[in-house]
Amino acid sequence: MSKVYVSHNNIISSLGFTSETVVANISNEVSGLQRIDDTSILPEPFYTSLIPTETLQENFNTLNTKANYTRLEQMMITSLSTVITASNIEINDRVGLIISTTKGNVDALDANNPFHKDRAYLSELGNQVKEFFHFKNDAIVVSNACVSGILAVAIAKRYIQQGIYDHVFITSGDVITEFILSGFNSFQALSSEPCKPYDANRTGINIGEVAASVLVTKDADALAKEAVTILGEGSCNDANHISGPSRTGEGLYRSMQSAFTQANISAAEVDFISAHGTATMFNDEMEAIAFSRMDLSTVPLNSLKGYFGHSLGASGLVETIVGMHSLKNNTLYKSLGFETSGVTKPINVITETTKKNINRFLKTASGFGGCNTAILFQKTN
Amino acid sequence: MNTNYHIKSYCSIKNNQVSLNGSVVYKDEEESFSPFIKAAYKDQNTKYPKFFKMDKLSKLAFLAADVLLKNENLSSEEENNIAIVFSNKASSLDTDRKHQESIQNKESYFPSPAVFVYTLPNICIGEISIKYKLYSENSFFIFENFNATHLLTYSNSLLSSNKADQVLCGWVEFDGEDNYEAFLYLVSAEGTITNSKQDIIKLYNT
Repeated sequence: MSKVYVSHNNIISSLGFTSETVVANISNEVSGLQRIDDTSILPEPFYTSLIPTETLQENFNTLNTKANYTRLEQMMITSLSTVITASNIEINDRVGLIISTTKGNVDALDANNPFHKDRAYLSELGNQVKEFFHFKNDAIVVSNACVSGILAVAIAKRYIQQGIYDHVFITSGDVITEFILSGFNSFQALSSEPCKPYDANRTGINIGEVAASVLVTKDADALAKEAVTILGEGSCNDANHISGPSRTGEGLYRSMQSAFTQANISAAEVDFISAHGTATMFNDEMEAIAFSRMDLSTVPLNSLKGYFGHSLGASGLVETIVGMHSLKNNTLYKSLGFETSGVTKPINVITETTKKNINRFLKTASGFGGCNTAILFQKTN
Repeated sequence: MNTNYHIKSYCSIKNNQVSLNGSVVYKDEEESFSPFIKAAYKDQNTKYPKFFKMDKLSKLAFLAADVLLKNENLSSEEENNIAIVFSNKASSLDTDRKHQESIQNKESYFPSPAVFVYTLPNICIGEISIKYKLYSENSFFIFENFNATHLLTYSNSLLSSNKADQVLCGWVEFDGEDNYEAFLYLVSAEGTITNSKQDIIKLYNT
């Protein structure tokens, strides 16, 4: 089976418009979260991270666009454009396109939105991105709740190993909408302060806005400096509850087992975990149980939600990109917002950004519908 | 392309009709989706109270999966590693519209978690996984039209990499009371129909 790599990448977020800028901000423990007190969006104040509209517009306008694009399309196109340019790959029939999103252009359903309601169809979002870059193949849109971003990487690898594509570009994102905020708020899942993954005083999620893109390729030449090899992946359902995580971490545990089996490495060979850590009581507890069952209790771990919030369809991918830079920079990044453990099983949360020689990391995510995904990555250079 | 895999069984729900392996198992002449799916549920003796809490996409997907899997006489002692790979065009838009209505006007603002949870297409996969205790690979994809090539590639990948023993594939679309369609099929090492693009399309169009 041919090796598959995650190579060139880009992040567009409140912390910057390139992966390097974003990672530098994370290294300096800068958070992109801000308090919003606007009753036209949500009755209560909340924390979020927003892509600065003016900068997005400026960057997007340099791409010579004629048609009208939604905010999400602008985010995805701007982000993906950087990766396509850096990759220098001819877009032919051996090149695939995957789009990861939970809600896409759902804001088009709002009566006050200028776009036609049909723009809310995710296939239409796929077509807009496809047409912009003249991809030869139709976009594969993945909408699998909060694991979409990381699952997209596994799907790209599977397409390449089935011999269908040589290269796959992935772009991912969700916009901050009243639709999403009101929904999470109805679950009483939103925190009124910056989120605190795994902390004893955690009070819930912040939703954040990010677009992230990568190239997944089988071509070992011309890889980015931070490129990683995909060692193994797995995605398993909890078969327990549609909106609550399993009390035993069953699906996440099995996803990790599946990834480790394919990678043929042991838990001791993992240098750090880029976990999901949404800062809800149940999610963080579930993860701690699953990591403990996997003998990963002592492996350094972070959640990046304290920097961006939970960016839904982008979260798994943006966190993978930061993990890749973590390996390249030989640095473990602090899990922002954590002070005292608030989970019942021991986990080794990174409390200080530290230099360390590291080669492999595990990325995990879990979401509504009982879905979980785990992928193991290894440094290439 | 790998042709070692076969389509073991298939099920469809469309035009007020439920079919299993090409034979009609339930038919209902005049009603719209909601009364139809309820009547089909009763007729099929499904007996699963959670069904009534589901949104329409989940009801459609769940019943199609239930009709198909019930017929498989799955072991209740051992685990069944059956992956679920679903797709459609409208994602969860039917429920999205409902949630949007609940927040559109500030005077009648009432978002509900029981509705919001169904604003993700993969929730229907969760419902089926819970009923059949499937701790397996699952993914939901969106395409403009039924995409046999994608389902073929993805099921081949899951089976050949030993991620799953069987794959429940299909198209589950709900975009309004008169615009719905479920077509599911089980890919396995056993069976008489080849898991090929040609045969998948043929069954889909039946």
